[in-house]
Amino acid sequence: MSVRRRLVLIVSAFAIFTIAVLLWAPTVGSTAISLGRVFDRSIPWDSNVDAQIFFVARLPRVIAGALVGATLAAAGVVLQALLRNPLATPFTLGVSAGASLGAMLAVTMRLEFGLLGISSIPLASFAGSIVATGIVYALASSQRRGLSTNVLLLAGVTLNAFFSALILFVQYVADFAEALRAIRWMMGGLDVASYSPIVAAMPFVLVAMGAFAFLPRTLNLLSVGAEAAAARGVDVVSSQRVAFLSASLATGAAVSLGGPIGFIGIVVPHLVRLLVGADHRIVLPASALFGASFLVLCDLAARTVMAPLEIPVGVVTALIGGPFFLWLLVKKS
Amino acid sequence: MNTLLNAKAAKPFFYFSVIVVALVAFFAAFAFEKVAAQAPPRRIISLVPAVTEMLFAIGAGPQVIAVSNYDIEPAEVRSLPTVGALLDPDTERIIAMKPDLVITYGSQNDLKQQLTTVRIPFFDYRHGGLDHIMTTMRALGERTGHVQQAEHAAQSLQRAIDAVKTRVAGKRRPKTLLVFGREPGGLRNIYASAGRGFLHDMLLVAGGEDVLQDIDKESAQISTETILARAPEVILEFNAATRLNEADLKKVVDPWMALSSVPAVKNRRVIVLTGPGMTVPGPRVAEGIEKMARALHP
Repeated sequence: MSVRRRLVLIVSAFAIFTIAVLLWAPTVGSTAISLGRVFDRSIPWDSNVDAQIFFVARLPRVIAGALVGATLAAAGVVLQALLRNPLATPFTLGVSAGASLGAMLAVTMRLEFGLLGISSIPLASFAGSIVATGIVYALASSQRRGLSTNVLLLAGVTLNAFFSALILFVQYVADFAEALRAIRWMMGGLDVASYSPIVAAMPFVLVAMGAFAFLPRTLNLLSVGAEAAAARGVDVVSSQRVAFLSASLATGAAVSLGGPIGFIGIVVPHLVRLLVGADHRIVLPASALFGASFLVLCDLAARTVMAPLEIPVGVVTALIGGPFFLWLLVKKS
Repeated sequence: MNTLLNAKAAKPFFYFSVIVVALVAFFAAFAFEKVAAQAPPRRIISLVPAVTEMLFAIGAGPQVIAVSNYDIEPAEVRSLPTVGALLDPDTERIIAMKPDLVITYGSQNDLKQQLTTVRIPFFDYRHGGLDHIMTTMRALGERTGHVQQAEHAAQSLQRAIDAVKTRVAGKRRPKTLLVFGREPGGLRNIYASAGRGFLHDMLLVAGGEDVLQDIDKESAQISTETILARAPEVILEFNAATRLNEADLKKVVDPWMALSSVPAVKNRRVIVLTGPGMTVPGPRVAEGIEKMARALHP
């Protein structure tokens, strides 16, 4: 089978699965709703509970989940290839720690500004991710020969630890209720109850995804080695730049939308690789699609299993993803 | 013969007296010990803001020498030294201040262990329902030597509660959601009072029906879907601000408009209750209940 045929076949299979999940997820939840009533235009909006549950409580959640899941999974693929490290995640390079610190500061300093319907916490967390990305990027490109992936990795890990210490410090001096709220934010949550945060995160994600679209061939070569890639005519430095910056930007936007939801960025890429092989032309789009459906399904579990109580979605991703991944790992090897 | 008899009789008498004296001494010592243990503490450290308020309400305020970092009520405590809080009690400072009673929270196991080691007595407390406030006040009265004042304070609190109960009796109880935290400017991470604890009790006394009463927890994080499905008729929301002006109030209430099918939103019955004291299970609950009752039954 030619690569192109394989690509089309596999990616469309993932796409069909994801579309099915996206269509199904908003119809189920802790409350039974009638789809007939949801789309019945003759009932005024203000008294159509079913429509409000569908359009206010569920649909934004599903869309946010798909966006965040796709972004984190794709960013995971890109960073694992870029750093040539299977343990890399979108959070390895300090982006999420920066985002968390920003959110933490917004919570504890009771910043209550807003911009275009976006509240202070996502804005501050996005700002934090940009700062973290900037620091890591500056450190990694300070050497003469372009971007050093080693420095990138070490700087990212160190920055993570440093920011985590700051987070703990802020948490420690914060008020009890605020510390709790900040901790809750770090467990991830997708009940956005409005479309504006999604609309705000969308441009960054789309730009990053657009950049990702040009990366797979380069990533295939880069994962063999920078020299080998350069020998095959890849502009290594600028591809590394594009890969790092777009992955970080997308991760920052995703984290500001749903919090630092763990596990997606590492498990989904590996899972997809186990299923379809290592060719990034297939792995990257398939991971984005599977990341979307995986997170939407995890969030479905989060909002129904203990209803009316919510389980933080970050807890669910690890609880479901961990054993599933280990099972697949053992079965395949 | 006589002396012999006397000597014979004197011996048991002697033994008897020794036993009597020993017994008297023993009981006296025991009684004294008991009295000593019951001497009211003079140097109390309270690590629980709610209990601090109770101590002041029952007249034990002057005995309090230090409080937790979060204590702000009554005003007298603001000038007292602070010794950490729930998660980070400053054990060294607490011991160095030589307290003769420390008010601890139920989960502070390490602290309690250390206090036991250095033989500093402690009064262990955990939040409970509304009745627990009166019970705790009485127990504190006994422990600190203010039995009568404590009884008086507990009774007057009970009277205030009963007065509200009588006033709302027979009125229709609106289905109410009691929100005490969410992300500012949106409806994310909403924390509400659920079917247990003093906030739930306060709501019932104030004449509301708790829409989350089936959840057997003190608080619960709930989704917008749950709120839409449960359709509360009134949403009471606590806000830590002491007062909100018109514009700020609008900013606080506005996000709820997204859930316009909820009767509370549709009928403009999202009511913001200001004042930092609303969530402290101490003597000020009466004020809180009063505010809630006025909001539920205007």
